[in-house]
Amino acid sequence: MNILVDLFLTFARVGAMTFGGGIAMLPILEREVVDKKGWTTVEELADYYAIGQCTPGIIAVNTATFIGQKQKGATGGIVATLGLVFPSIVIIMVIAAVLSNFAEIPAVQNAFAGIRVCVCALILNAAIKLAKSAIVDVKTFIIFALVLAGMLIFDVSPVVFVVISAIAGLVIKGLEEGR
Amino acid sequence: MIYLLLYWEFFKTGLFAIGGGLATVPFLQDISTRTGWFTFQELADMIAVSESTPGPIGINMATYVGFRSAGVPGSVIAVLGEITPSIIIILIVAGILHAFRHNKYVERVFYGIRPASTGLIAYACISVMMLCLFKADAFRASGRFADLFSVKNMILFAALVALTNIKKLKKLHPIIFIAASAVIGILFNFAG
Repeated sequence: MNILVDLFLTFARVGAMTFGGGIAMLPILEREVVDKKGWTTVEELADYYAIGQCTPGIIAVNTATFIGQKQKGATGGIVATLGLVFPSIVIIMVIAAVLSNFAEIPAVQNAFAGIRVCVCALILNAAIKLAKSAIVDVKTFIIFALVLAGMLIFDVSPVVFVVISAIAGLVIKGLEEGR
Repeated sequence: MIYLLLYWEFFKTGLFAIGGGLATVPFLQDISTRTGWFTFQELADMIAVSESTPGPIGINMATYVGFRSAGVPGSVIAVLGEITPSIIIILIVAGILHAFRHNKYVERVFYGIRPASTGLIAYACISVMMLCLFKADAFRASGRFADLFSVKNMILFAALVALTNIKKLKKLHPIIFIAASAVIGILFNFAG
């Protein structure tokens, strides 16, 4: 299959199966893009999420653009992103046109209450898988623990933690390797 | 003309909303106030629908707002406006990253960023788990400790974590678990 067609279709599938924000996309990406296609690794996904949180725009879109770009340059990035948003456009247009009270239908509310629990469990699995590959030694564990604790205690933007960790990485590795 | 305006408004939203889809809400409120294309009440309904349909929340909301404002072309234009800044910025960042991937300073930066990103994802994970498994509002209202726990949610959550980590079931696609949970939600009245 042409790589551009493959990018569009794969990300359209990811978009259709993501229930929630960018974080809910992580387990689906791991399955479709890392396991099935081998287009990226779990470690790179962590990089994309970190950058996606510090740059403008929706995290899911930023991540899709990153992965598409890696496969087929700028065109790949654009095609992957268009694929990601395609199902949203179709589904929401249908609902907006036909079912204006969609969110109030009891069956929909119950189904989504169930789906939210499942997404929660899937995110937990994805986070554990990510932790196993991103936390490689004591130092990276300390960075992980400090960021997690910082987010739980302080009400500040994640950007602050990404910047501090980037500097920490520079300093720690710089000292180790003797500049 | 409304199409150009829609594109511009959503371009600005995509450019200035840093973070997840819900970070776009204040910008949408601002559009509502200035243009009158949709009301605050409609916006609240759109958020509810965006959270109960597949797809990233920010994109769902752009589609909905675009549709309400200017029909089918409006949807497409709003979404294109919203994703344009992301695509441009990420393509530039990705290009730079690609060129300097093996630079030792870039490698050192990512040595620090990777575990930090994992920490941020763990935090997001804990936040959704708290919302999903505990009912802080009901507990505060009644003061009864038993009201703090979403028992049904906890049972389903524990079952799903166990099932998705069994070797044979691990290979199943996540969407199968999502679909099964939707059915369980309907059968056992999870929203009630």
